[in-house]
Amino acid sequence: MTKLNINVHHVTRVEGHGNIVLNATDGKIEKVLWEVIESPRLFEAMLCGRYYEDVPHIASRICGICSIAHSTASIQAIEAAFGIQPSEQTLLLRKLLYNAELIESHVLHALFLVAPDFLGVGSVFPLVETHKEVVVMALRLKKLSYSLAELLAGRKTHPLSCVVGGFAKLPKIDELKAIRTRLEDALADLDVTVELFKTLSIPNFSRETEYIALKDDKEYAFISGHIASTDAGITPVAKYLEVTNEFCVPHSTAKYTKNKRDSYMVGALARFNLNHDQLLPRARRTAEELGLSAPCHKPFMITVAQVVEAVHAVEDSLRLIDQILDWGLEEEDNAVKVQAGRGIGAVEAPRGILFHDYTFDKNGILTKANCIIPTNQNHNNVQKDMEAIVPLMLDQPEDIIRHTLEMLVRAYDPCISCSAH
Amino acid sequence: MKPKVAFFDFTSCEGCQLDALNLTAEELISLLNAVDIVNFREVMTERADNYDIAFVEGSITRESEIPRLQNIRDRAKVVVALGACACIGGVNCLKNHLPVDAALRIVYGKDARYYDTIPARPIDALIKVDYYVRGCPPITAELLKVVKALLLGKKPEIPNYPVCTECKMAGNICVFERGMTCLGPVIRAGCGAICVTSGRHCWGCRGLVDDPNLDSEKDILQKYGLTVEKVVEKFKIYNTYAEVTK
Repeated sequence: MTKLNINVHHVTRVEGHGNIVLNATDGKIEKVLWEVIESPRLFEAMLCGRYYEDVPHIASRICGICSIAHSTASIQAIEAAFGIQPSEQTLLLRKLLYNAELIESHVLHALFLVAPDFLGVGSVFPLVETHKEVVVMALRLKKLSYSLAELLAGRKTHPLSCVVGGFAKLPKIDELKAIRTRLEDALADLDVTVELFKTLSIPNFSRETEYIALKDDKEYAFISGHIASTDAGITPVAKYLEVTNEFCVPHSTAKYTKNKRDSYMVGALARFNLNHDQLLPRARRTAEELGLSAPCHKPFMITVAQVVEAVHAVEDSLRLIDQILDWGLEEEDNAVKVQAGRGIGAVEAPRGILFHDYTFDKNGILTKANCIIPTNQNHNNVQKDMEAIVPLMLDQPEDIIRHTLEMLVRAYDPCISCSAH
Repeated sequence: MKPKVAFFDFTSCEGCQLDALNLTAEELISLLNAVDIVNFREVMTERADNYDIAFVEGSITRESEIPRLQNIRDRAKVVVALGACACIGGVNCLKNHLPVDAALRIVYGKDARYYDTIPARPIDALIKVDYYVRGCPPITAELLKVVKALLLGKKPEIPNYPVCTECKMAGNICVFERGMTCLGPVIRAGCGAICVTSGRHCWGCRGLVDDPNLDSEKDILQKYGLTVEKVVEKFKIYNTYAEVTK
């Protein structure tokens, strides 16, 4: 009798705590499970009773990697509840700030968390010896993202200046010009990243699923648009609950979701599948060079889609800065008039579509909150991928099976503590 | 032998660890020349049970976290609390205002029975902490300063005067003059008053100075026509644990 028992307790190089369990006897699978064991964090309870201006500050703490996405979704939900329409200038600055986080998050994932798997090491640290140029480049891109966010919001992790109604402080024009030069240099750094990714042999596993992302007629959507699904078409953000259908499972402190099938995918690959024709030219070329074309059903290609999006975000940032320089920046009145009501904010966090749904009383005190995080929506898809990939590799040595399952989880770039918010 | 450094996380957003890697290439290379990083689950696969310095991020919010934390204390020569959640409880303690069952029910509804949680605590409520790197998130330069001091066998010097001192040096207009509430007069500095410099007010993420002048804060509030209740609501965001145990 051949027994296979894999138990990866706390998958590494991911944000948060999750386990992989696989039991099989004589090629028969008894159990394959993706367990999310993060401590319940209870943000939706903690937000109740808070004054509106403290809400984005607290909600940002759901995630240290995508705090700008949480702040933005939170701010947009509050604006929707209070009937505030942000100015064109605010939207430009918000998009630019958003790009800062997207670039950092994708670069961190692709080069620090995923690349070590393909280069045969356990972390980025030994690469300082063997692939110094890659590490130097990755840190330079990370630093650039931090600088861009610092310029716009005071800092990247838990941003400060982005507020309900606008920005509490505007960036200086000279600083925008200076960072524009660094963004141009970043395109060359991303070329090096693309060359590296061309040399990696990405697992070919494919499983079709439903893909869900925001879609906006005007641009590759990050902070605007409707909910789009490859199975179900367009749904207005107001009806997001009809798409997410959250449910609890005992082996996960994070809730699961499903829509038209057993599971769906959100994130860079879902966005690419739905919105690829809106990528900016250089990003589109990058996708071609890396062999990514829509529809792509290969979860290991999520990281490739992230590299493509990082190129897009740098191109887009250059475009946004040019527009800001052309328009100039004006101090705006960010005064907020509170009112009772409900508002929903929907954005594309680096890992996928994110919803914050708040209700306020007439004094601007939050009475109810619901947050649906990208990784919540992906957990079920990770499980279904595991169930599909395990039978294909049962004849492989245990180490290979274990490592492939770890790489599969990692491909989704899960933000696990975020999902147990 | 280079000192072995480990990073661990409990209930948190893991942003502190992420910011710890916001280094220039030169900084990372000199850090790796000076220490061996032996545990850092967020970015590395290798794990080790032997380490000299443990950086711990996050609060304790589940029974199962307690033995894990104690085990880290037993093994490490030096334990450093990293960030507001570990140092003072931080935002996690906001849930302590509700009964545990009520908080679980708000989030999980009828399925709340699957899950367990306990009132959130900073790590020094359970183990001895040698040093604190404060803030939400900590300032990376301060973290490096602490690492350097530990390597030299010195006690890291962390400011124990209020944020107002640094805020004045930063040339900011006083937040109270702008009609907003601020915690700067009683909160520990070291952040360079980054929140005020970015157009906001001090939220209190570094915790109270050792000997806060609360009377003076009350005088300021009175002078600007603000209420104690309003400032307490702000104070709760990071300092619920201190407020409740006081």
